[in-house]
Amino acid sequence: MTRRKPIATGSDWNFEILSEFEREIARLADEYRLDTYPNQIEIITTEQMMDAYASVGMPVGYHHWSFGKQFLAVEQAYRRGQMGLAYELVINSDPCIAYLMEENTLMMQVLVMAHACYGHNSFFKGNYLFRTWTDASSIIDYLVFARKYVAECEERHGVAAVEQLLDACHALQNYGVDRYKRPSPISAAEEAQRQKEREEHLQAQVNTLWRTIPGRPQEDRLPGMTDDEEDPLGLHAGGRYPAEPQENLLYFIEKNAPLLAPWQREVVRIVRKLAQYFYPQRQTQVMNEGWATFWHYTLMNRLYEEGRVDEGLMLEFLQSHTAVVQQPAFDSPYFNGINPYALGFAIFCDLKRICEAPTDEDRQWFPDTAGSDWRETLDFAMKNFKDESFIQQFLSPKVIRDLKLFMVLDDDQEEMLEVAAIHDERGYRRIREALASQYALAVREPNIQVYSADIRGDRSLTLCHVQDGRRPLARSVYPVIRHLHQLWGFPVKLESMQGDEVVRRYQWPLPDEGREASPT
Amino acid sequence: MSYFIDRRANAKHKSAVNRQRFLDRYRTHIKRSVEEAVNRRSITDMERGEKVSIPSRDISEPVFQHGPGGRRSIIAPGNKEFVEGDRLRRPSGGGGGDGAGEGGASNQGEGMDEFAFTLSREEFLDFVFDGLELPHLERKSLVDLDEVRPVRAGVSRDGVPARINIVRSMREAHARRIAMRAPIRRALRVAREALEAEERKDPVLRNPARIAELKEEIERLERRLEAVPFLDTYDLRYNNLINQPQPSSKAVMFCVMDVSGSMTQAHKDIAKRFFLLLYLFLERNYEKVELVFVRHHTAAKEVDEEEFFYSRETGGTIVSSALSLVDEIIEARYPPGQWNLYVAQASDGDNWDDDSVNCRELLMSSLMPRLQYFTYVEITPHAHQALWEEYETVADEFPSRFAMRQIVEAGDIYPVFRELFRRRAAQ
Repeated sequence: MTRRKPIATGSDWNFEILSEFEREIARLADEYRLDTYPNQIEIITTEQMMDAYASVGMPVGYHHWSFGKQFLAVEQAYRRGQMGLAYELVINSDPCIAYLMEENTLMMQVLVMAHACYGHNSFFKGNYLFRTWTDASSIIDYLVFARKYVAECEERHGVAAVEQLLDACHALQNYGVDRYKRPSPISAAEEAQRQKEREEHLQAQVNTLWRTIPGRPQEDRLPGMTDDEEDPLGLHAGGRYPAEPQENLLYFIEKNAPLLAPWQREVVRIVRKLAQYFYPQRQTQVMNEGWATFWHYTLMNRLYEEGRVDEGLMLEFLQSHTAVVQQPAFDSPYFNGINPYALGFAIFCDLKRICEAPTDEDRQWFPDTAGSDWRETLDFAMKNFKDESFIQQFLSPKVIRDLKLFMVLDDDQEEMLEVAAIHDERGYRRIREALASQYALAVREPNIQVYSADIRGDRSLTLCHVQDGRRPLARSVYPVIRHLHQLWGFPVKLESMQGDEVVRRYQWPLPDEGREASPT
Repeated sequence: MSYFIDRRANAKHKSAVNRQRFLDRYRTHIKRSVEEAVNRRSITDMERGEKVSIPSRDISEPVFQHGPGGRRSIIAPGNKEFVEGDRLRRPSGGGGGDGAGEGGASNQGEGMDEFAFTLSREEFLDFVFDGLELPHLERKSLVDLDEVRPVRAGVSRDGVPARINIVRSMREAHARRIAMRAPIRRALRVAREALEAEERKDPVLRNPARIAELKEEIERLERRLEAVPFLDTYDLRYNNLINQPQPSSKAVMFCVMDVSGSMTQAHKDIAKRFFLLLYLFLERNYEKVELVFVRHHTAAKEVDEEEFFYSRETGGTIVSSALSLVDEIIEARYPPGQWNLYVAQASDGDNWDDDSVNCRELLMSSLMPRLQYFTYVEITPHAHQALWEEYETVADEFPSRFAMRQIVEAGDIYPVFRELFRRRAAQ
């Protein structure tokens, strides 16, 4: 290839240079058939980046002290130089909003454009979780609606009341997600229009549930059903409510909490909707970052091959890239868990290698993949998996060897830790399985569901925690169920189960403080 | 398709509201830190922010999490020497380390006991002076005020060219032109129509005299139309300024200190902190604050700041000398009509025996009526002397404008200061 002049040299940038680079990257991305939303690239200052950072990347958000805390933490770390600010921030929206910090060097800006505007962007558009769970075109509108609604509530009901409600919702927001049902698309105009309607409807629904005058159940009760000696009138014959355990705690609260006012239900709903929006991101960290890193690496190298960037910029890029994909060993002082950039990048790179230059081992492990068209295989991998299944499917023995992964079994009934598997023939599968489950949300977060609401008795709410490998709940359980109690308005119980056996019970208000102190 | 947007000019401080919410929520924690900081800080650096730490358990946002214990497997990178089946001692320090890859844990403060952040200077001072109020802040009554400020008050027909209001002037001119030209235009139109009608007639029937007359008329009207001036003197409008009496936004603070032999450097440091707090406080309430330093032993002297705090003197003490010097300075330089006057006096309570009575009289007759506030701090662990007793009678006389307290050690300054200026319930 004939060497052409680089677009720019040195580290200074201006808008003409940036757009020229952007066009070049777009051309290359198109060559690789990356399907993206349109890009809206915004140049912002450091301070604005800290703002964006503090609001978990939401370009508009409702006000809450926890975002202020986040901001102070970011600012402090940045001032002390403990943390370089994230060079990029990208929002899953259509158009896809990416932030470039004005202090970045030219290389950084080009890198971020390749990474965010083409890497993350195509991931947002392609991956099934994002396609199913988020609606990129309406999220900004919804955020605007949410912010306005919360502000109105603050005006009407006071900042303190809203803040307390949000505290409680935030504590439960990881449990505000439907994992299997696709949510209906959200849009601000519709939300605002339907919100009033919903208020009334919701309240009616709750009223039906909690009305004290016996209603229908008795009418369609069969004569034989009243035989229960404990319950001769059949008062408890309606069965447990809810009939099936509910995993979406916030949804259950929104629909069933007896005492919440309509506006409070709406706020619960807002937190729930936003949790839903961030749900795919929590499940695709390795893939998303790996994908974006893979593409910035590929695109930057292409730019260099075509002579559009000079050696200086390329060296600077390589240094930065190496830092990003570095994986310190477990005994290093810099070790902080597995680096999702490193793992994701390694898997995608290796997947490409398996397609292009498969070894016998690869043919044995990936019979379908080895030797296929790498572009299509990577696209398939990006579109149809989440971290858990992606690792399960594509973590190759070579990557395990390269990273020297090993598995330690930590059992509190044993005195010593056991090295259960290492990067050898016998260990690959077990390591792959264990690493995959490490990224499964069901394993990362305790499995807690609504088990029953005692609608005919003391109105207490019972949650059920199914232990995973006998792992108990952390002490934060009490403050969380206290928040839940605020929302529910009546006693909240939590049962921790091992198999079918209840091993631990939590309850709020605490039994000795409550009126009905129950002896064990 | 891509486009760039330059957002740098957009408003910063998008997080300001959230930040304020956070500060409000942890008010008590922050206040404690601020109070400690005020007492600890060296005298010269009150004017910067402060690092505040809050125990992170107090501000954590709880979520359901796995606790330590149970059985779990951990995948870690960088194996060097382990083989399958190796047994390892559990690393000390609890739960066997954080499971790898759990980057999503929302607990930011993990592993840190304190959540630390920095208050800006403004926020710091807000907390320092939170709940305090300047007594007699009701500014000097407007009647005896000489200070005026010009304010815009509509437009007027006369004024100096520098204040001409171009838009209004042009609008007036435009209106006048329309008004003055309309009748001429009407007459002109009539004349032209008449002329046309005349000219359309058969040449035989035309009246040449009439035509000449009409032509002359048209010409005359056109001249008149031309003659309407574009801009006339009575179109001109000027921005009108009037002088409005202004509550004084200037304050002067007299620092009066005893520098006799009995005042040690430690005493002076305490006094200095007190003055400094007062100065910062005044600065937040007035646009301009001037400082006057008066020190005294047997004689009083106006000095600069350096000399005030650091040069040593010995000798006896005559407090009234300082008070009368303050009186003279007010007379000469700070007319009470324009200045809000504050006096802060620090001493160890020593005074020449029969001088205390003079002090009282000077205060009662001459100083107090003119002052906004007089604060007296006595820095001594010992029993009070004559000066304190005389001042007490002054305090009885002017309960809302005269305050006195005793300070024993540096830690007392801030509480005493707060007590002196605490917000009083509306009388």
